[in-house]
Amino acid sequence: MADISISSYGVYIPSNRMERSAIAEAHRWAVPSLKGLAKGQKAFCNWDEDSITMAVEAARGCLKGATGSVGSVVFASTTPVYSDLQNASIVANAVGLDKVSTLDATGSLRSGISSLINAFERAAASDTLVLASDNRLGQPASTQEMEYGSGAVALTVSKAGGIANYLGSESEAVAFVDHFRAPDKPFDYFWEARWIRDEGYVKIVPPVVTRLLDKVGVAAADIKHFVINATTGGAEAAVARKLGIAKEAIVGNLFAQCGDTGAAHPLIMLASALEKAAPGDLILVVGFGAGCDAVLLRATEQVSQYKAAASVASALAAGRSDTHYMRLLSFTGQIDLDWGMRSEGDQKTALTESYRSNDMLSPFVGGKCQDCGQIQFPIMPMCVNCSSTKPVDQVPLADAPAKIMTCTEDWLQYYPAPPLCFGLVQFDNGARVMMEFANITKEQLVVGMPLRMVFRIKERDDKRGYSRYFWKATPNTAAQG
Amino acid sequence: MATGIKDKVAIIGMGCSKFGERWDAGSEHLLLEAFSEAIQDAGIEKKQIEAAWFGSCIDVVNVGNSALPAATALRLEGIPVTRVENMCATGSEALRGAVYAVASGAVDIALAIGVEKLKDTGYGGLPVRTKGTLNDMWMPWTSAPASFSLLASGYMAKYGISREDLKRAIGRVSWKSHVNGAKNPKAHIQKEVDLETIINAPIIAEPLGLFDCCGVSDGAAAAIVTTPEIARSLGKKDLVTIKALQLSLSSGREASTAEWDGSYMVNNRIAAAKAYKEAGIKDPRKELSMLEVHDCFSITEMVTMEDLGVSEPGGAVKDVMDGFFDADGGLPCQIDGGLKCFGHPIGATGLRMAYESYLQLLGRAGERQLENPTYALCHNLGGSPHTHVAAISILGLL
Repeated sequence: MADISISSYGVYIPSNRMERSAIAEAHRWAVPSLKGLAKGQKAFCNWDEDSITMAVEAARGCLKGATGSVGSVVFASTTPVYSDLQNASIVANAVGLDKVSTLDATGSLRSGISSLINAFERAAASDTLVLASDNRLGQPASTQEMEYGSGAVALTVSKAGGIANYLGSESEAVAFVDHFRAPDKPFDYFWEARWIRDEGYVKIVPPVVTRLLDKVGVAAADIKHFVINATTGGAEAAVARKLGIAKEAIVGNLFAQCGDTGAAHPLIMLASALEKAAPGDLILVVGFGAGCDAVLLRATEQVSQYKAAASVASALAAGRSDTHYMRLLSFTGQIDLDWGMRSEGDQKTALTESYRSNDMLSPFVGGKCQDCGQIQFPIMPMCVNCSSTKPVDQVPLADAPAKIMTCTEDWLQYYPAPPLCFGLVQFDNGARVMMEFANITKEQLVVGMPLRMVFRIKERDDKRGYSRYFWKATPNTAAQG
Repeated sequence: MATGIKDKVAIIGMGCSKFGERWDAGSEHLLLEAFSEAIQDAGIEKKQIEAAWFGSCIDVVNVGNSALPAATALRLEGIPVTRVENMCATGSEALRGAVYAVASGAVDIALAIGVEKLKDTGYGGLPVRTKGTLNDMWMPWTSAPASFSLLASGYMAKYGISREDLKRAIGRVSWKSHVNGAKNPKAHIQKEVDLETIINAPIIAEPLGLFDCCGVSDGAAAAIVTTPEIARSLGKKDLVTIKALQLSLSSGREASTAEWDGSYMVNNRIAAAKAYKEAGIKDPRKELSMLEVHDCFSITEMVTMEDLGVSEPGGAVKDVMDGFFDADGGLPCQIDGGLKCFGHPIGATGLRMAYESYLQLLGRAGERQLENPTYALCHNLGGSPHTHVAAISILGLL
């Protein structure tokens, strides 16, 4: 039997990092005890990011343009953007996948790891792209507000070998309700952390792991990397101790760097383990939530050569410290600032137009004129250069190198994160597009700045609950050298 | 063989409302104000007008669609009235429609009138608009000053000018217009502003500050046109005729190919070249007597000086700093105060430019009167630097 493996992965963590001390300080008058959690940073989505855009970026880093072998895409999240409109297909289209089966998995913090197990168990002729993405919301002054982060991960499961081979899994469903959230409620409702640790993690996880280790014939002491998504409360150490897994094997939970990213978290931690693993290392991944999933992997020879285009290390390094707690509240929609009358404009999307243009808008594809060779966006029925009406050849622009040609900061127009920075983007291939700049600093807003493209929310239609997505340009710090 | 528009049509009457925050007046009042002055100036009866072109741009405020609001406000009975819209060049389009109708011989006397009621939005700046269902999917949703501020980015990059030097030059553009506008009782802003205040004003769109942006105002302007022969038969002695009317639009080339460098406006140059040919002007810097240009933003005016061939490429900064475009300079520009002081009620602006040119050519500009002007150029611009509508009209004495 061919090895079923994780063949590639990509991680995306929003670069916005709120200092927990800033949150604690804002609530000090009412909940001074939050000071105890006020360490490190939590990642939070920019106004134009959500679980879909994060998944797209993770998937791009995972696939690096090699979409050919992917036959199915699963999108796991407890914070899907839509309840009835498949999130997986939006992500798939954006990364240039169309002839694939797509599925959303939700309703549990285990949705990510369960989807991964499912992909291993059903490994078919084609590869599966497993996406887990969460944009978690905590009520102001709650423990969850301090703990939660946002992030996404993408993993390709393949029968063609890879960086970590699948050895087996075990699962258990338990009606252990440590927290819940009804569809019409904005926040999770949590029970006491000590009870969750003692009656939940410590009693539910070990039997499942033991079954798995027995089945595969591996000793707990041989586990080199132990991933378990328990951000606080010392549950990891308690479970490891009970199982006989070495303390040193516990994989860091990234609490200080980005916080608990929900359904994505065990898989982001898995990615971080893969970045440290040596060939032959055993990696145990546990997902907890109304039961337990446990997966055992063994790093292959390839693990040391593998260079992730979007690694955990690079995602963590891209963080930008932020102490404006009000920005977090505004971006998460928890405070409704007065943006003035200019914000009243209707952002209704013509779904007919959206569908007509989907092939060029979702994956950001330009057209190359058959007669004169001019690459252009948007694709119009007539060539901008020679007026040819022949069908154009498709040219992907999402990964095409580009630079700032002209730029400005717009302080007048309504924009949820002022100023709106935009300008003409000149692609090296000759295409030119007026684009918004995402996550750009004043110093980076200069003619000639190298750019890369990112998938973002273009406008939110709050009236109808619909976001339209498009690509924005952001400084390519790698290309700056 | 087309012979162009030169001297085929004369303006026999013009009117212009007081521009400003006209809280007291609706579009219909503004239209009547401009129309009354124009028809009195022309010395004709309303029933002698055989066709009208009505410019209005923004549907969400102002008057709504169609020409019915103009026909109704002015009680134009049983004649063709056509609404035109071409972004910020709408006023020039109204004039073009009326002038072409007369030139074609289809009618003897036609009216061009434009209005915009911008101060019914509840906020400053132009109303927020959709760009169309496809463009809304990908095009950044930006303000007008920001779109034009990109010209500054392109201009500075091309000529290696520092932000400080550019700010001083475009600041002086606005300073000069404020000096001129202070003398114009119809201007919205009749106040001089010192250069340091202009340069240090809050940024609206980098590097444009508050005083680099034109005002936002209500207003209307009108022209009554006929043939020179009929004008004479009506007893007119000094005739202002249309020497050229040109319009050029972007095809998408600037926005979608690597050809354009972002430092000028392609269609300004095309329209100017055609207008000079139509009017028979060889050396615009010497032959033109005055300029009324589309100074929606100070950078637009400065760059336009080069596009019109009045300044050398890269030479506008020097001309501006030398005072070449001041009231007492070599070629006065915005002698009425321009958009800077009149604001930009879109449907009216192109006609307001023609109004000042008409007054100056006839020696009726009072305190602002220039010495013996012969050719006046009006430049009216719509859209954004990378995709725009450029309208150039040249007026002169017959």
